[in-house]
Amino acid sequence: MEGSIPMRTAPTKVVASESPWRRALSDFTSSRIAVAGFIILSILIMSALLAPYITPQNPYDLQQLNVLDKDMHPFAHGVDGRTYLLGTDDQGRDIYSGIVFGLRTSLIVGFGSTSVALVIGVFFGLIAAYFGGWLETIIMRVVDLQLSFPSMLIALILLALIGPGLDKVMIAIVAVQWAYYARTVRSAAIVERQKEYIEAAKCLGLSNARVLFSHLLPNSLPPIIVVATITLAQAILLEATLSFLGVGVPVTQPSLGGLIKKGSDVMLSGEYWVSFFPGMVLLVTMVSLNLVGDQLRDALNPRIKK
Amino acid sequence: MNTSTRSLLLEINSLQTWFDTRAGTVKAVDGVDLTLARGEILGLVGESGSGKSVMGYSIMRLIDLPGRIVGGSIKFYGEGTQNEDLVNATSDRMRRLRGSHIAMIFQDPMMSLNPVLRIDTQMIEAIQAHAKVSNKVARDRARDMLGKVGIPSPEERLQAYPHQFSGGMRQRVAIATAMLNKPELIIADEPTTALDVTVQAQILYEVRKLCRESGTALIWITHDIALISGLADRIAVMYAGRVVETGLVRDVIAAPRHPYTAGLMGSVPSNNPRGKPLRQIPGMTPSLSNLPKGCAFAPRCERATVTCQQVPQESPVGAEHKVRCFHPIESIPAQSRHDRIKV
Amino acid sequence: MVVVVFISMYALGDPTEVLIAPDASQEVRDKLKQELCLDRPLHEQFFYCFVGNVLHGNLGISFVHDVSATQLIFDRLPATLELAICALLLAIFIGIPLGMLAGLKPQSPIGKGIMTGSVLGFSLPTFWVGLMLILLFAVTLKWLPAGGRGETVQILGMQFSFLTRDGLIHLLLPAVNLALFKIALVIRLSRAGTMEVVHQDYIKFARAKGLSTPRIVFLHMLKNILIPIITVLGIEFGSLIAFSVVTETVFRWPGIGSLLIQSIAKLDRPVVVAYLLLVVFMFILINLVVDVVYSILDPRVRLGGRS
Repeated sequence: MEGSIPMRTAPTKVVASESPWRRALSDFTSSRIAVAGFIILSILIMSALLAPYITPQNPYDLQQLNVLDKDMHPFAHGVDGRTYLLGTDDQGRDIYSGIVFGLRTSLIVGFGSTSVALVIGVFFGLIAAYFGGWLETIIMRVVDLQLSFPSMLIALILLALIGPGLDKVMIAIVAVQWAYYARTVRSAAIVERQKEYIEAAKCLGLSNARVLFSHLLPNSLPPIIVVATITLAQAILLEATLSFLGVGVPVTQPSLGGLIKKGSDVMLSGEYWVSFFPGMVLLVTMVSLNLVGDQLRDALNPRIKK
Repeated sequence: MNTSTRSLLLEINSLQTWFDTRAGTVKAVDGVDLTLARGEILGLVGESGSGKSVMGYSIMRLIDLPGRIVGGSIKFYGEGTQNEDLVNATSDRMRRLRGSHIAMIFQDPMMSLNPVLRIDTQMIEAIQAHAKVSNKVARDRARDMLGKVGIPSPEERLQAYPHQFSGGMRQRVAIATAMLNKPELIIADEPTTALDVTVQAQILYEVRKLCRESGTALIWITHDIALISGLADRIAVMYAGRVVETGLVRDVIAAPRHPYTAGLMGSVPSNNPRGKPLRQIPGMTPSLSNLPKGCAFAPRCERATVTCQQVPQESPVGAEHKVRCFHPIESIPAQSRHDRIKV
Repeated sequence: MVVVVFISMYALGDPTEVLIAPDASQEVRDKLKQELCLDRPLHEQFFYCFVGNVLHGNLGISFVHDVSATQLIFDRLPATLELAICALLLAIFIGIPLGMLAGLKPQSPIGKGIMTGSVLGFSLPTFWVGLMLILLFAVTLKWLPAGGRGETVQILGMQFSFLTRDGLIHLLLPAVNLALFKIALVIRLSRAGTMEVVHQDYIKFARAKGLSTPRIVFLHMLKNILIPIITVLGIEFGSLIAFSVVTETVFRWPGIGSLLIQSIAKLDRPVVVAYLLLVVFMFILINLVVDVVYSILDPRVRLGGRS
């Protein structure tokens, strides 16, 4: 009783003409910490894009490495007088450059596999919701079966099957993640499907594709965006973990997980920097993604309107 | 049955319970005076949002943030207590008063019993929270009390879980739990609203009987003025966080003096001639965060004048009959009343 | 599922390449292939060798270790179970109190701090945290060992670490590492549960009865929020086993997880198959156990038929 009083009497301050998207935007920007996360994320993306221009060397071009500069501390000076900001690994690779190039890989894998998984998942989720029947049963059975196993396990087995490599990692992540989208989109679309405007659209004789993509899809968009931020973070983490385990991106290519794996071999001798700094960057990426994701979820969730 | 001849149990003076929300301060209870004698049954009547439930929770000191009691006093003259003001009592003191001296019954019996605990657990703990009693003794008392509120085969029912009871039975369990420690005051927050009409009547009758037998005072919070007229000794009508009229049931029901009370009476179906549309009070309950100046009922009141922009004070209109209105309805014979209050 | 396991494993690569010196004669190669049942066509491999062997509980001999794959897995299983159960207990006994505290005081600095911590817990890369734990406690402070199982005690023919001091010391870091993610999860679940339960009428009624705060919190509230948490945690136990792959690799913990990674790297097919079958079996078992526990905890399910 008492809890309901404030709610009932609270005058709605929302202006009637405000669109839901703008509302979500203002909700989002109301959290300073989420905005900070967004800014950090933008910086990370920019530096990954500009990697060759902001690093002293291409750390995976063996010609550019100087073996004499191996196992250097952070801020140490190399034989040719240059400073290694974050030290070097056992091949004389500049850790800072390695991180920026590794971040590039992480983001390519993250955005690449997330968008492919999104397209596949949304497609299957929509047709399952729209057509129903046996098609829905088959799709959702596969989804349920897949989601009942940890994504880590499925990715590991898939990679054991198809072998390591950047493209293989992305395939494995797509295979793991499409199911999340399919389930989310289906449940959102099923709610929409029962509304009258879909019936009206069908009565107007619109084609199935038209109803699916211009009516069902836009209304399923908010949950898709939320799932996307979560799976993006998961994809990046999964790639790093798999590369660390040695079944993901091979050590001859840049990746944060691979760098950390390299570092783990030399850590016991006190060479902490090879593992520490790439991990920090990975951590910052994950935190900022999760902060943005959390706030997006609150902003886009119509049930948590305060 | 009047307050002066019996000793006082509860004395509430200008109580204010406000809720700070983003939309502003909601004055759910704003300056309520009430008294209650030992063993008296008081009906607290009002529409939803009038602040009547908040009143009950305030006495129990069960107001959660953002709500808080900002002013006034609640004097409790319980047995073995030192005329303390509940507003200032420590939380530990309140814990010991709750359930032993003052008990409460809630509106929805489906929600007020913990679904994962057995009935005996929930009853025995209520006894043991206030007295060092062995499990066996506490259990016997719980069983006897279940029997008293009309639950068949109480011994077996003690071992049941709440979901195995019907709504009416659950409310009986809640009532039995409330009465376990022979409290001096029970606050019942619309306890029969969620029940079937037939069950409602049974429970009403039994609670009244139990209270009379044990001399327990009762505050029965309800929106149903017809129901309360058969149950209570005295009635207090709340509107927008204030008590607008209070008096003995027979006085208030026979001749309501506040236009709002009259409106409430008028909207009871059985008080209306057959075939004619039901009388209703025009307008809506005002928002408690944005009350009109002066008398809150004025915008809906056909008797309102410029004077009503002031806050009316409580003024006596008869023995124990008080009303908060500048233009109270004159005392008139009941028969002609309907003709006067046209809506 | 079995078919998926078979296909994935038998397409894994040719183990003869790994097991035999490149200059070995064709004769040696064929002999090995025959031994490993690799000389037959794929469908025969499946029906004759694989299904037949599975039914006999025989998943083949490990190419690398030269013992039965089943034997190898079961030798390593206690270590993983020990680790996973410890992590689960940590998640319960750290996560629930913290989550309830955050749920009871969501606006306080403590409540907000705990929530920030749990966001961090979700974001931390498990394997990296493991390395940092080693760096801090083993390399820098030298308080705890960097890896391995330490001294073990044999019970019912299985080796366990948690009964010796040395073993416990070895167990601590890996268990904390594995539990980190689950602690964050339990904090979120119990916070959400507490915030919902706190406004229920039955909690108000319990307060109106004059019960003490500890009794309300630890009996009335805890028992209600425990039901969803136990359900989720039961299912998450499976993922603990899966994620122990990472923790075991970091801490060189000799369980089935590190065995799996080694076997994938060496194309040791029978071991990978045995691992997979075991994990699938365990997932089924866990789901059963969760159902049973759930019905014990929630009287509405348990007595549903009778009432």
